[in-house]
Amino acid sequence: MKLKQLSVFLENRPGQLAAPVQALAQEGVNILTLSLADTTEFGILRLIVDDWERAKDVLEQAGWVVNLSDVVAIGVADRPGGLSEVLTLLAGEGVNIEYLYAFALRRDDKAILIIRFEDPESALQVVLDKGLHVVDGDQLVALVS
Amino acid sequence: MLKELWNDAEGGFHPASAPDFLPESALREVQLRRLRAVVSRAYENVELFRSRLNDRRLTPASIRSLEDIRELPFTIKADLRDTYPFGLFASPMTDVVRLHASSGTTGKPIVVAYTREDVEVWSEVMARTLACCSLHRGDIVQNAYGYGLFTGGLGAHYGAEALGATVIPISGGNTDRQIMLLRDFGATALCCTPSYFTHLVERAGELDVDLRELPLRVGVFGAEPWSDGMREHIEAQAGIKAFDIYGLSEIIGPGVASECSQHEGLHVFEDHFYPEIIDPETGEALPDGAEGELVLTTLSKRAMPMIRYRTRDITSIITEPCGCGRTVRRIRRIGRRSDDMIIIRGVNVYPSQVEAALLTVEGTLPHYQIILTRDQGLDQMTVEVEVTAEVFSDKVRALEEVRARIAQAIEHILGIRVALRLVAPRSIERSQGKAKRVIDRRAG
Repeated sequence: MKLKQLSVFLENRPGQLAAPVQALAQEGVNILTLSLADTTEFGILRLIVDDWERAKDVLEQAGWVVNLSDVVAIGVADRPGGLSEVLTLLAGEGVNIEYLYAFALRRDDKAILIIRFEDPESALQVVLDKGLHVVDGDQLVALVS
Repeated sequence: MLKELWNDAEGGFHPASAPDFLPESALREVQLRRLRAVVSRAYENVELFRSRLNDRRLTPASIRSLEDIRELPFTIKADLRDTYPFGLFASPMTDVVRLHASSGTTGKPIVVAYTREDVEVWSEVMARTLACCSLHRGDIVQNAYGYGLFTGGLGAHYGAEALGATVIPISGGNTDRQIMLLRDFGATALCCTPSYFTHLVERAGELDVDLRELPLRVGVFGAEPWSDGMREHIEAQAGIKAFDIYGLSEIIGPGVASECSQHEGLHVFEDHFYPEIIDPETGEALPDGAEGELVLTTLSKRAMPMIRYRTRDITSIITEPCGCGRTVRRIRRIGRRSDDMIIIRGVNVYPSQVEAALLTVEGTLPHYQIILTRDQGLDQMTVEVEVTAEVFSDKVRALEEVRARIAQAIEHILGIRVALRLVAPRSIERSQGKAKRVIDRRAG
């Protein structure tokens, strides 16, 4: 149920983001979604891709240091209050979120949240108990293509 | 020179190693005889040396004991520059069979010369070096030191041949090819700089080649200072024994001193190179055991004798008997050179201190570089450290913590504030030879 997220260290200067994305494009890896965390000195590119094992290989071969972490994708209603409901629910259960990013789907009236929990294992249990709509890797690929 | 080769994988010593085991009295006798001969030779043939002796009212006959060497003037690197290119030669060019040159950091290189006898001595001391590193006839030596004007390549080459080992003269660079040949030819030993080897280990990882599964068992590393932490890292990553060797072009090239199986200091081949330790400030000779600058005298060099050459390398002499049985004295591993020292806001800093700090935080040694700049008259030191898989995280907070921990560790050791920048893996230029750790952009 958990998704694999790849993270890549980037220096904060022109061209740094283009290179890994281009490397993946050349190998035909599809990026489902991404987020970029930035500080004054460096950035962390976080990627959800259709084939994480191959993507990791491609990036490492090209010399990037790749971090692999577990994230959970949750489908929410794409309307005012959709995100708020989920967050309130999780907060009520004392689940800590490290960071999240989201995107809306072209079809359905759904949005997808990618959430990095402090403790993915127990957070996932809470999410499932509360009957939230967890999206796994295959479903995500199907939804965005 | 090439005596019968009876050394083999069963562990017999090469006959060339015999002087390593001389009784002390015999060794001192050889040294004194050779010292008197080399001083005479330099006095008769090298103008600069003769005039310096005359200034001090000394003659070669003034040398009656080994201790008398302390009366002789030092030779320094500037002397080689000032007499560029051939001013310190003691042999006519008809007797010189080889020239080498080192890359002076400024302008003209340093030129060194060898007669046929010098090349034979060099081959002998390099064979003794490799024997110290547990190599025998039957070993396959991949020699990744650069061939050319640099003494490393040909020095290791002649030594390995004299030992009776098989040499692969691949020279430096082309890391993918190095790795391919390590696998295909099954080298049991690799000679290169330690910083190049860490680069090779890194590249092998990217190519999914596990060096621990190859026949490679020995690394012969020299030409730059490297720490014990780096040794542990290299040995674990590559499944080898790493040996530190020491030498410098001005004296002969590699082959001045080498670690043995005990890894507790480097045996100086002192029947050819007489070591002294001096106080680098005053020039006073220091007793055995005290730390100071290493000064070497070439006892048998013919083309270009060096009398009391100041190496700028900081070490001390170990006199205790060594577990390997060799009687020639040892020097401690060289952690720093007196001219590696950087002075920042009045504080003396050595790159090895930064290395030590990095090791305490990361456990392994990442690639790093020290950049010095001057901002409104004030020196600034920035340490750039490549992010490694061990410390990289998807969380900004975790990376900021790593950055702060490294900066703290460095400031704790150096006692000054430094800027610390995490940089992308492989963004710091890899050296094919000696690593360039310090970039000084302070103008004037």
